[in-house]
Amino acid sequence: MPGVLVFCEVQDGKLKKTSREALTIGNKLAQAAGGDLVAFATDSSVAAEAGRYGAKKLYVAKLDSYSTEIFTAAMQQVVNDVKPSVVLLGGTSNGRDLAPRLAARLDVGVASDVDRLEWTDGKVRARRPVYSGKAFATVDIVGTPAIATTRPNAFPAVEVGGAAAEVVEVNVTAESKAKLIDTKVPEAGELSIAEADIIVSGGRGLKEGQNFSYIRDLAHAIGGAVGASRATVDAGWIDHQHQVGQTGRVVSPNLYIAAGVSGAIQHLAGMSSSKHIIAINKDPEAPIFRVADLGIVGDLFTILPALTEEVKKAKAH
Amino acid sequence: MNSVVCISQVPDTESRIRIAADGRRIDEAGLKFIVSPYDEVALEEAIRQKEKSAGDVTVISFGPERVQQALRECLARGATKAIHVKGESSDADSLGIAKVLAAAIKTTPHDLVFFGKQGVGSDNSLVGPMVAELLGYPQVNVVTHLEVGDGRLTAHREIEAAEETIEAPLPAVITAQKGLNEPRYASLKGIMAAKKIAIDTKSVTDLGLSDGDVFNQRVTIASLELPAEKTGGRKFDGADPAAAAQEIIKYIRDEAKAL
Ligand SMILES: Cc1cc2nc3c(=O)[nH]c(=O)nc-3n(C[C@H](O)[C@H](O)[C@H](O)COP(=O)(O)OP(=O)(O)OC[C@H]3O[C@@H](n4cnc5c(N)ncnc54)[C@H](O)[C@@H]3O)c2cc1C
Ligand SMILES: Nc1ncnc2c1ncn2[C@@H]1O[C@H](COP(=O)(O)O)[C@@H](O)[C@H]1O
Repeated sequence: MPGVLVFCEVQDGKLKKTSREALTIGNKLAQAAGGDLVAFATDSSVAAEAGRYGAKKLYVAKLDSYSTEIFTAAMQQVVNDVKPSVVLLGGTSNGRDLAPRLAARLDVGVASDVDRLEWTDGKVRARRPVYSGKAFATVDIVGTPAIATTRPNAFPAVEVGGAAAEVVEVNVTAESKAKLIDTKVPEAGELSIAEADIIVSGGRGLKEGQNFSYIRDLAHAIGGAVGASRATVDAGWIDHQHQVGQTGRVVSPNLYIAAGVSGAIQHLAGMSSSKHIIAINKDPEAPIFRVADLGIVGDLFTILPALTEEVKKAKAH
Repeated sequence: MNSVVCISQVPDTESRIRIAADGRRIDEAGLKFIVSPYDEVALEEAIRQKEKSAGDVTVISFGPERVQQALRECLARGATKAIHVKGESSDADSLGIAKVLAAAIKTTPHDLVFFGKQGVGSDNSLVGPMVAELLGYPQVNVVTHLEVGDGRLTAHREIEAAEETIEAPLPAVITAQKGLNEPRYASLKGIMAAKKIAIDTKSVTDLGLSDGDVFNQRVTIASLELPAEKTGGRKFDGADPAAAAQEIIKYIRDEAKAL
């Protein structure tokens, strides 16, 4: 029966959070569409976990590292076999690299970075932020399969408690012109803002680059990722990977703490869909306060250290 | 070394977005349009390749009359040729746009095809990889560093908190991320020189495509809405850092439930 196919990524022997989120919403769509949820991964060890998220089958292609061309061929093979109505990919770097390539190969529609998905009138309706969240587009993906990438943190990941997915092996013979030579992790141990639940961001109010330690200390204490305004990236205080905003990453964590960030329209565009926002700024008129749920008017240099201590205390309990 | 750069023209990032009367598009009245910021980075990289090893930099844009302005801007910065494919690109979905661009790219010699990692506004990040697929080229997405030589490229691809090094034979597709370079401004000399270059104007039919190929949308916009206006929440005077920290902790624990 046609259903939903979810492209899953595995990290340290477990499904990535974005994959679990995609499986959860995929399972809802499959039920609405009247089909099965099946998954694709490169590692059969996640069959039990995928089953707990509702997947009946796990198609496994034993491939090492990600490669656009080989993974496109693998997913094409599975699509031809399963004939799903919907294909979902978590909106990670790889998911977003693969989805358009697969859509072009299959000559079907794809919507990226969706934060709502439903099955209505025999088709998929999705909502996606456009203009960096200044507007939302509701789109219909017509044709089969409909492809979408899910925005990290937009869908909850909830186990439904099924049996282990039945593993089906996929043999891929495709070759790739592009070759992965090396992978470097530049800042070991640092969380990426892309998928983080909590982000602590610093702006020009930090005065100088070394003061990012105020942001890092709080981020480490609370278990969050370090974000930054463009002004600080342009000043060379921190790497562009950390930039939040229209020309950085658009993020929607559960908690976003901004300190010394004025809240320029391009910054707000990248973070205003966060679920909870706290802003610390000494200027009571700073535009960041317009989107903050809790706005603290004060000096970040005294408030952040006090807050970091309180967080450490709370965590110690 | 010949490069093609695909240029999307987008509303200035400062713009306030308004919804048009049909409820499905943005109201373009009074909007200032710019070259999408990532496409500026893509163009700069192509110009640098040309400066190293000669060849042409062809900029291509599919869109209404106004995109000529964006193409002129690119010529002023150092592109050597421009192709304008006329058409209402907002009536096509990403795959429709990719088909137009792939057909236009085939009409001009190229070793590298550059895109922005995302059109600022549409925020799709779809067109580059789609064109790569349609042309059968390898792709490197979200590139922060590029070296080209001997018919091959080596590129750094940004992924979550890490960086990959990828090698590929030419021709290949690159999508540019910020940090790849610092785009230059147009010089007066460049602006004058650009005026002498004629923009090659084509229709979709000139490229051998039918309207159906391009405008039969697989993804249709049902509606466009503005988010609920945030009114701003509670404000707290942070003159006493300890009290402010307490207030924040309470919020994190009780409302965000993050502790
Ligand atoms: C095309 C384009 C794209 C852009 N894209 C982005 C983007 O993606 N992301 C982005 O962030 N910006 C982007 N910008 C830049 C944006 O317009 C702003 O310039 C930038 O966000 C400002 O950064 P900031 O808030 O750190 O600095 P400022 O605007 O200088 O703000 C610093 C703030 O710190 C406060 N402050 C100072 N001292 C203290 C203190 N001791 N305690 C507490 N508060 C203090 C000040 O009151 C002020 O509000 C873009 C701009 C353009 C033109
Ligand atoms: N109408 C267009 N004409 C030329 N290039 C485009 C067009 N639309 C998108 N692009 C290119 O594709 C990239 C990605 O756009 P998008 O998939 O819309 O995010 C842009 O940065 C441009 O390089």
